[in-house]
Amino acid sequence: MSPIYSVKDNTVENRLFINRIIAAFIVIMLLTVGLVVRLVYLQIVGHEHYASLAKSNSVKIVPLVPTRGIIYDRQGRILAENTPSYSLELVPEQISDMDDTLAKLQQLLSIPDEKIEQYQKQRKRQKRFASTPLLLNMNDEELAKFAVVRPYFPGVDIHTQLVRHYPYGDLSSHVVGYVGRINEAELKELPVSEYRGSTHIGKLGIESSYEIPLHGKTGYAEIETNVQARSLNTLNESDPEPGANLYLTLDIELQRTAYDALEKYNGAVVAIEVKTGGILTFASRPGFDPNPFVVGISNDAYQLLQDSENQPLYNRALRGLYPPGSTIKPFIALAGLEYDAISAPQKLFCPGYYQLPGVSHKYRDWRKGGHGSVNLNEAITQSCDVYFYRLAGTLGIDHIHDFLQKFGFGEKTGVDLVGEKPGLLPSRDWKQEQKNRAWYPGETLITGIGQGYHQVTPLQLARATATLANKGNIVTPYLVEKLVGAHETRPGPEVHKGVIPLKQDHVTDVINAMVNVVHSERGTAKGVGRTVNFHIAGKTGTAQVFNIKQNAKYNENDIDFKLRDHALFIAFAPAEDPEIAVAVIAENGGHGGSIAAPIAAKVIKQFLKDRQKTQP
Amino acid sequence: MKNETRPEHFDPPSVIGTILRRLHIDIPLFIGLLLTSMLSFLILYSAGSQDVDILLRQAARVGLAFFLMTLLAHVNPYQFKRYSALLFGLGIFLLCAVLIMGQIGKGAQRWLELGLFRFQPSEMIKLTTPMMVAWFLAEHSMPPKFKQLAIATVLILIPTLLIAVQPDLGTALLVASSGAGVLFFAGLSWRFMFAIVATLLSLTPILWHFMRGYQRDRVLTFLNPEADPLGRGYHIIQSKIAIGSGGIYGKGWLGSTQSELDFLPESSTDFIFAVFAEEFGLFGCLSLLSLYLLIIARCLFIASQAQDTYCRLLASSLAFTFFVYVFVNIGMVIGVLPVVGVPLPLISYGGTSIVTLLAGFGILMSIHTHKKRLSHL
Repeated sequence: MSPIYSVKDNTVENRLFINRIIAAFIVIMLLTVGLVVRLVYLQIVGHEHYASLAKSNSVKIVPLVPTRGIIYDRQGRILAENTPSYSLELVPEQISDMDDTLAKLQQLLSIPDEKIEQYQKQRKRQKRFASTPLLLNMNDEELAKFAVVRPYFPGVDIHTQLVRHYPYGDLSSHVVGYVGRINEAELKELPVSEYRGSTHIGKLGIESSYEIPLHGKTGYAEIETNVQARSLNTLNESDPEPGANLYLTLDIELQRTAYDALEKYNGAVVAIEVKTGGILTFASRPGFDPNPFVVGISNDAYQLLQDSENQPLYNRALRGLYPPGSTIKPFIALAGLEYDAISAPQKLFCPGYYQLPGVSHKYRDWRKGGHGSVNLNEAITQSCDVYFYRLAGTLGIDHIHDFLQKFGFGEKTGVDLVGEKPGLLPSRDWKQEQKNRAWYPGETLITGIGQGYHQVTPLQLARATATLANKGNIVTPYLVEKLVGAHETRPGPEVHKGVIPLKQDHVTDVINAMVNVVHSERGTAKGVGRTVNFHIAGKTGTAQVFNIKQNAKYNENDIDFKLRDHALFIAFAPAEDPEIAVAVIAENGGHGGSIAAPIAAKVIKQFLKDRQKTQP
Repeated sequence: MKNETRPEHFDPPSVIGTILRRLHIDIPLFIGLLLTSMLSFLILYSAGSQDVDILLRQAARVGLAFFLMTLLAHVNPYQFKRYSALLFGLGIFLLCAVLIMGQIGKGAQRWLELGLFRFQPSEMIKLTTPMMVAWFLAEHSMPPKFKQLAIATVLILIPTLLIAVQPDLGTALLVASSGAGVLFFAGLSWRFMFAIVATLLSLTPILWHFMRGYQRDRVLTFLNPEADPLGRGYHIIQSKIAIGSGGIYGKGWLGSTQSELDFLPESSTDFIFAVFAEEFGLFGCLSLLSLYLLIIARCLFIASQAQDTYCRLLASSLAFTFFVYVFVNIGMVIGVLPVVGVPLPLISYGGTSIVTLLAGFGILMSIHTHKKRLSHL
């Protein structure tokens, strides 16, 4: 015998165990009796009650789906609506010869074989009296063809349902977003009773961030049905509450101007109403047609969008990260004045390059021969790099970081869209934490001209520009002006208000210099200044896509289009009493002055012209 | 030697009997399980809208489960004992792996993808937890001392909590009760048990604090199902209608209107008992409960005949857990317990639970058919 079966021959232990087995069996019996008592209660005592609920006439609770709210732009133009979609549906029990009917319909409307097969499969899963769709999304021709012969097809009829439609297509896709079928993961997160019966949910943009008010409240009807679940009559009904209509601050025609002005360039144009923070344009080019996403985009079509070199699904205005380039200079100049690092009339000499003491590396100016002696106004007007290398060096990275942060750089603007990127405002701590390296003085210099680690989103840049135009009163961008529900009208999101304490003389100095950028003979954007009869304050910028080696020459024509510099421009107008602030980024545009500035000017001109019309 | 290793019960009545014994199959238990499985096909056919595909898929799983049961019945229980700790450790490791992968993949994840099939470590834990606790307690004399109880409690709590955060409350409950079963059969004093129950009750508010939103919803809905007729309460209301309308004799096979007309959700998985009760009435329910009780009684008998502490504790705990399965599921469907995701054992559609269940019965058969003839007990 092997020793593994060594049983502890312990009578106490045995008796204890047998007792426990008996105890367990008694407990199990008692609990089972409990179950039986409950079953007796349900099946004998409650039988009549439950049978009347279930038997010949049963009450079925059917959800009544609310109509989704409509989205309008600031002029009341429809950006998202619900349009009827027609489907051809068959009721099997009313059709005497199904095969014959299908064959005739197939011939009449030239339906592909797969759809017939699909229908046959679906039909088997349905009740015979249930209406089952054969054709979805019928066009006018199909509708007309069937309408003529309808009397000869008993049991076949056209059904209507509402489908979300975006009339402006790719123009509004990055703002409005789209709705799509609810997926499994979303189903788990959603309130079950509210979404019983709903098929779609906002996936992106306003459709997603305002999902709850847009969706409305689901109602329900108690419907009496017979044994075969055929509806007999409605007993009780609680009406659904339709979703709220949204009115945006966006002007879709202004958006179209901006979008078209970008022409061949990928990029973004964000325009903000300075006094309120309402976003006027939020263009990201290229956009995409959101309508296929509503009915379910085919895999191939989606792959095509995903793989496209121009990345149409990428929301550049909200999530695109770019170095600010020289557009940062007005803010650095203001920091210099505020921290008393420099005075406006003080002149600095620009020989075309700058060197840190004891370092051989030359920090170059964009103009080879330099700008000579320049004061603050001239430095901004001509975008002198050396002036800002020296100013940044004097200020130091800590002051630069703290000052720029007040204008919202490096953090989300809090706009009412999901998925916003915070950008990156570099600091000593950030570099220590992320790169585990000390901050180098040279990095401060290039931060002064908007190169290096600093990254902004077009929205952020527009917001900072609007805040500057607003003399330091912080502007928080938002898109929804009001929500008009069935019972009440609510205002859009509550926006953060605050003031950056600034000396107004300093702000005036900087704004005057920005006016000179557009309107003086030596300004980097003088081209647009000649085309307007009011004052625009602006600043050009050029962001490097790749680094040019020391001593090498940047020749635009030699390099690949995709490696050309990004063109940037920030502006607000009228300079004396700003109403609109704009930020433009044209990817691989090359020059801010010649490519980005005219785009901004077009948007500003149209906005002010429209404004004159409405406010005589 | 050969004579001694042969099971002592049941004289060979036939050739089939001999074969079954060679296979280490316990005939009464086997017949009970087979009957229940046959019944399962009958109900599934009705609950699953008479879809033969569903039946075939379930048949494949049941076949696999019976095969695994026979395989395990063949293993000497000594081997289970020997590898208890190792298997338990492996199970905990896999649970952690699933949890970490779930963290990376965002959202709840309960299984490991193993190419051909999915493996749920929480299913394996249902068996290895009682094995581990039984192995640990069997090292000492019964009843266990306080220190052993404390360690055993920790051994139970680790897998329970790991599963509860998945979050899979139903499985966590079953794992906890399988471990608690071992403690009970080991002779945990009654006073101690009352103390634990009292502590648990006082911990309820804290537990409530840690529950996920949907878990709270389930409890609230259980307390007042009519409050949310479109949402959470829908299940319970509809299942009560189904059961109540069945009456004493039921509506007959395929006569269920509630599941047939899509009133009753999850009618072939967790709520299949409602379909059964509607079609076969109170008589059917009593028969099914009797069948379950016979299986449990046979298991407890096997436990009482087991020859060492490990086998006794494991066998009795497996029997007890099987009852918990039945009680929690039926209790939930008839509206006396909150809705937790526990299937009706051997009947509900779904692969993982039936494989684990029959593996457990395989272990029970192994314990019963590998006994030694002892001169005196």
